[in-house]
Amino acid sequence: MGGYGDVQMIDENGLRVDGRGPGDLREITIETGVVPVADGSCRMTWGTNEAIVAVYGPMEAHPRKIQRQDRAVLDVGYNMAPFSTTDRMRPGFNRRSREISKVTKDALESVVLLELFPRSKIRISIEIVSAEAGTRCVGLTAASVALADAGIPMTDMVVSVASGKINDIVVCDLNKEEDNYGEADLPMGILPNSGELVFLQMDGDLSQEEFKQAWNYNMDAAHVIHEHMVEALKGGAVQ
Amino acid sequence: MRKNKDAGEPRDSGRAQLLVVPGEDLGDSQGLEPGHGVMEVNGRIRALKRGMMTKNGSYISVEPTHTRYFPRPSDLVIGYIEGCTNNIWFVDIGAPFNAILPMSLGPGKAEFGGTRAIMDVGDAILCRVQEVEETHSSVVTMKGMGLRKIRSGSIEEVDPHLLGRLIGKGGQSLRALKEETECRIVVADNGRMWVDGDLSGILQVRDKLQSLSVTSQQNNAGGRN
Repeated sequence: MGGYGDVQMIDENGLRVDGRGPGDLREITIETGVVPVADGSCRMTWGTNEAIVAVYGPMEAHPRKIQRQDRAVLDVGYNMAPFSTTDRMRPGFNRRSREISKVTKDALESVVLLELFPRSKIRISIEIVSAEAGTRCVGLTAASVALADAGIPMTDMVVSVASGKINDIVVCDLNKEEDNYGEADLPMGILPNSGELVFLQMDGDLSQEEFKQAWNYNMDAAHVIHEHMVEALKGGAVQ
Repeated sequence: MRKNKDAGEPRDSGRAQLLVVPGEDLGDSQGLEPGHGVMEVNGRIRALKRGMMTKNGSYISVEPTHTRYFPRPSDLVIGYIEGCTNNIWFVDIGAPFNAILPMSLGPGKAEFGGTRAIMDVGDAILCRVQEVEETHSSVVTMKGMGLRKIRSGSIEEVDPHLLGRLIGKGGQSLRALKEETECRIVVADNGRMWVDGDLSGILQVRDKLQSLSVTSQQNNAGGRN
């Protein structure tokens, strides 16, 4: 949130800088089975964001101290490639990537039936190849698809999407400019079949009405994205 | 929350199987027993895995399109030695958990501390699952007919759920493959195959496995294209 409230990012007709309406999503494509050596994998593009996720396991958890006697552990690694942004990303983990890995892990733990695989580990590697805005949402959504592709039992798939506020107007699925210069950002992880919430973060300030509006945008968008996920898992690459 | 409008009753797959994804609502659970790959949530049946929904009498289940091997007692498996202590070998049998092979169940006679001299890390073995505990720990044995260390040939892998198709009815397809390639083929329950013979025969078997996987993926329309 840059807080540059004077930057005009939505015109008098309600159109945003990229021509979308307030509730419109960017273009989404999902493809499964893109990493042949992995147990499950997914490539997801969302606007100019692109993420590749590979899932390995369940397998023996090493080192043994991370094993849990009653359930499996999720080992989630979120990483942005050095070339994913215009400013070169320093390779390796940083504070942000650790935070996103943790929230992704927490969100996925609520749907994966970990108790079926005691003492084992499921490794999820999320690699952001191209970053615009909302990479945590892309990573989490793609990880759900990759887990389903790997045959990991889950009660539902997590769909993640963010809404935010630009020029005092609530909009869905922020792009880079809106994310940088907007006033608020509300990413959520939603279980589309039950409507439950497994992940929520908020950056900036939203009034109660604005929060409700952002919530509704996210809920509606989650169903649209979920349809893309189902189509990809049932019928190959879709657009 | 959106409800599936046509999900009032369990969808009758009939002869054509239905591909489902995790979380998908499969209908009302009344009069149905949830089987493998499904669970009952608030009176509804929900899929847990991506796979083909099958209904057999009152049992409803999902046959997954991709699975990990789960050991069962008496399974014939091919494993790789992953580590050893003075009296135990740890064996990777392709399951979520390594199996253990105690010295007393190993091949021949080993002295305490002499496990590495008999089988070292990386060696492939043909063994049988002797015991699976509640915690999924498994014990394998090499005491039995044909169980041995694998010293020649090649080990190929195929998804465990494709083994049925590879072996065929009454072992018909496997027999034909053995005759065609003139190779000795041992198919283990964990999806690994020991193929021993001429290089051309081994390559033929590899091609066959490749085509089997591709056909399966196309049938499942799982997006691996």
